[in-house]
Amino acid sequence: MKNFIMGKYDIIVVGAGHAGCEAGLASARMGKKTLLLSINLEAVAMMACNPSIGGTGKGHLVREIDALGGEMGLNIDKTFIQSRMLNTAKGPAVHSLRAQADKNQYHIEMKKTLEAEENLDLKQGEVVDLIIEDGKACGVIMKTGASYRAEAVILATGTFLAGRIFIGESAFDSGPNGLAPSMELAARLREYGLPMRRFKTGTPARALAGSFDYDKMAPQEGDEDIVPFSFMNDELHKDQIKCWLTYTNEETHKVIRDNFHRSALFGGQIEGVGPRYCPSIEDKVNRFADKERHQLFIEPEGLYTDEMYIQGMSSSLPEDVQVDFYRTIPGLENVEIVRPAYAIEYDCIDPLDLKTSLENRHIENLFCAGQFNGSSGYEEAAAQGLMAGINAVCKINGKKSFVLDRSEAYIGVLIDDLVTKGTNEPYRIMTSRAEYRLVLRQDNADLRLTERGYQVGLVKKDRYDRYLEKKRIVEAETERLKNKILKPDEVNDFLESKGSAPLKSSASMIDLLKRPEITYDDTAAVDDERPALSRHQKTMMEVQIKYEGYIGKQLQQINKFKKLEDKTLSQDFDYDSVEGLRIEARQKLNLFKPVSVGQASRISGVSPADINVLLIHLEKMRRNRKVK
Amino acid sequence: MEDTIAAVATAYGEGGIGIIRISGEKALDILEDIFEFNGTDEIVSRRMTYGRIVDKDNGKVIDEVLAVYMKGPATYTAEDVVEINCHGSMVSLRKTLSLVLRKGARHAEPGEFTKRAFLNGRIDLSQAEAVIDVVKAKTDKSFDVALSQLEGSLSVKVKEIRQKLLDLLVDITVNIDYPDEDIEEITYDKLQENIVLIGDMIEKLLSTASAGRMIREGIRVAIVGKPNVGKSSLMNGLLRESRAIVTEVPGTTRDTIEEAVSIRNIPVYLVDTAGIRDTEDKVEKIGIQKSKQAFNNADFVIFVLDGSTELSSEDEEIIEYLEGKKSLVLINKIDLDMKLSAEDIRNILPDSQIIETSLINGEGIDEIENAIEELVYGGGISQQESMMVNNVRHIELLQKTADSLKDAYNMALSREALDFIEIDIRNAYEFSGEIIGETVSDDIINEVFARFCLGK
Repeated sequence: MKNFIMGKYDIIVVGAGHAGCEAGLASARMGKKTLLLSINLEAVAMMACNPSIGGTGKGHLVREIDALGGEMGLNIDKTFIQSRMLNTAKGPAVHSLRAQADKNQYHIEMKKTLEAEENLDLKQGEVVDLIIEDGKACGVIMKTGASYRAEAVILATGTFLAGRIFIGESAFDSGPNGLAPSMELAARLREYGLPMRRFKTGTPARALAGSFDYDKMAPQEGDEDIVPFSFMNDELHKDQIKCWLTYTNEETHKVIRDNFHRSALFGGQIEGVGPRYCPSIEDKVNRFADKERHQLFIEPEGLYTDEMYIQGMSSSLPEDVQVDFYRTIPGLENVEIVRPAYAIEYDCIDPLDLKTSLENRHIENLFCAGQFNGSSGYEEAAAQGLMAGINAVCKINGKKSFVLDRSEAYIGVLIDDLVTKGTNEPYRIMTSRAEYRLVLRQDNADLRLTERGYQVGLVKKDRYDRYLEKKRIVEAETERLKNKILKPDEVNDFLESKGSAPLKSSASMIDLLKRPEITYDDTAAVDDERPALSRHQKTMMEVQIKYEGYIGKQLQQINKFKKLEDKTLSQDFDYDSVEGLRIEARQKLNLFKPVSVGQASRISGVSPADINVLLIHLEKMRRNRKVK
Repeated sequence: MEDTIAAVATAYGEGGIGIIRISGEKALDILEDIFEFNGTDEIVSRRMTYGRIVDKDNGKVIDEVLAVYMKGPATYTAEDVVEINCHGSMVSLRKTLSLVLRKGARHAEPGEFTKRAFLNGRIDLSQAEAVIDVVKAKTDKSFDVALSQLEGSLSVKVKEIRQKLLDLLVDITVNIDYPDEDIEEITYDKLQENIVLIGDMIEKLLSTASAGRMIREGIRVAIVGKPNVGKSSLMNGLLRESRAIVTEVPGTTRDTIEEAVSIRNIPVYLVDTAGIRDTEDKVEKIGIQKSKQAFNNADFVIFVLDGSTELSSEDEEIIEYLEGKKSLVLINKIDLDMKLSAEDIRNILPDSQIIETSLINGEGIDEIENAIEELVYGGGISQQESMMVNNVRHIELLQKTADSLKDAYNMALSREALDFIEIDIRNAYEFSGEIIGETVSDDIINEVFARFCLGK
């Protein structure tokens, strides 16, 4: 077949899932002529599994993506059909926003945004090979023989790459949701010597809304007061749908147990490693045999579809068994399944083969993002896509790579974990993975990141001005509250009404706000000079005031952490030249080429003593240079 | 700015003087906090000042010292440095050091002063290789020492504590990261209950041999032996007064006799026991019960043998009891014809220190006092279970673990949010991990998925 050149771009993104969309938009918005390719344009921003965005840790990622000028937060704000703030009984650092999406709307809105983006071309087609010259990625070849050239390529292939679906005894090559898999590219990547692996994930069945008995399930409503994801939106009002809660029972488990032998998972056909936090129902019944019931949520897939998602019940059992066990569940006795649950195996790269910029260590200008890097989840994918997009632009502009560290963002935690520690299963973010959780809150994501996003050129003026205004207003109002002194007779009635101890002598408004039982909105009653603050401004200010002590402590820890992060290490540093390093440490360090002493210290096999030796060696080198 | 570090800078042992070096921005503050001048002197950089080290929390004078403060950067480490010249005894050195650590310094890592000196530009480039050797050698050595200590019961105990902390962390994590799942909610009561439980475990560990606690609260020493071997003479020797009755009739000391005595400035509670043999005598039976109790509660047991007789069945019974207990064996009555040798006893009780005495003549009392002092400050004479923690660094880390748990407890008490409490418990987990060299890990997340059934 004759190959022909169809076009020339600055950056090509392979795959238009959640990672690919952010990568393409970031690249185009930073001024690069960008091509975004998808095997099927109906799969753009497809939510192949659960119909929701956000949740613990994940909600933080969405806020961070938004603060950096990404699209996910804006898109879910446009298309959510139920919104809940989780964990409100706990501290502000773990409050987590989650929204049910109208899946189809989510896809449509994202596609519209892509189509409207000036520097971006969105095209359908299957990439079968990369063009690699002098060890540099510089284009892609399509199944049709067309080729596109570019200065950098971003891979965001998701579960399409050598995808294989398992439903009971049946197994076939397929992308998610019956879409075509990407087989040839997978073979080429293995030929190029990239360290590829097999991971597995799964999704539950979808069933018709009319076939459920809602009287037997408990409804779950959205929050009355809707908190938007995007810092660009202050107030959102919408009618919200309900989700439903029900449970499995002993009968369900029996059906599953009796059919273990027909599961692809236990039959040994699946070689891929699945995530522990997302086990199939047969896995749950097998591993937690003493658990009498497992909960499941019934969630609408959208406003204009009858399909409902059965959350908590992914499976690789045969279709007939699926019908049998789903129907043992209260409310699901007559359930009509329209898409069976399936397990899907796919190719991904060992992320240890990536730099912190998400560039591949061996093929220059090849960036990688999303499930391809061994992560799982829409939000994790989007976060990496955004960073890969930004970094591809930085690379071809000859600029320093854009890396967030573990004290700056969950995005930093996510990427550092992947590229420094690697992962043995699809990686999901959790708040407990972050060391500096009190600082990495969702309410201050813009304060942490918008300036950085502006400097790198992704955040536009409107968002930047909005951030500066928030910062200015919060600072001014905090200062005013500090200076507003209240006398006991002015506030004691108010305090009493809130069940709070009366003042004996005058105190500032800030002091009152530090009391757990007093909110900023409450104190409006004794404060007549109050300016109008927006929701985001208020939330951030209040958290900062109330938890100042704790936050201060964590900032000190961060200072300590930063010292080692700021000691950078050259990529051509030869660790064999360092006297006193243990052999294992030398090998690991030569293999990894960490960007900083901090990163070096997190590599398994590098001991604190090795780090000391390294620090001394660096100082020696610095002085040698000074002498010259 | 780096944190402030401190350590004994001279070799351990009974030298003429011992120096404690403190380096870092808080060095002067710490000195001012523990130093009392003679007269109306003030601290001037680079001037040796005479005074006393005083624990201002209880007003106790620890030692008379010469102290010097040297303002940075023209110092060894280029930071503010304080050096305290103590009398060389280990007692005053260790006491002073633990006071310094309590006031905010961190125990220096091996070679850390030298490392700082180098990194801050105080050591010449040509010395760099030597510095690497020093740091590496000291690190390796301390690692070896740490390992040998840790193979024993300390690491077992610390691992137990960490497992409990991990369980608690996992419960909290799963509550935070999986708010929608059908899992048991962790209540404040459950939290507090667990924190107290773990706190007790640490307290127990610390109490077994913590020099700090021993200095504050004293140690309990049980004296055991069959009747008429010289227990009361020993007691009297240590008391230097006749409190217990000494007679020739076996079984005279019918009750436990407890005496507080100061041995080398350490409060010691001596418990003389009535023996632990089986008896028909009702009065004596009560005494024996109390003896066993005293025996079990003791930090340390002194087992007195009559060297002029063969080992009796009663002695052997006691020897069985000594299993796992920290003990000192006295072969008494060396003024008589000896039927027992130190060698015989060493074969039976290889972990015990053995001293030959003639208590009736006061011979051996000094050695016994040495042994008690060594027990408190030197980490003891054997590595049995009741004496696990003897390294200042381990004590410091255990103390930090305990302190973090106290913070967590108070937060739970005032009903602070779960995720704040988690931070303190996680700190406790990390501090205790440093003792056994386990810090960074994915323990929590691994456990979450092992124990709970989560996910879509």
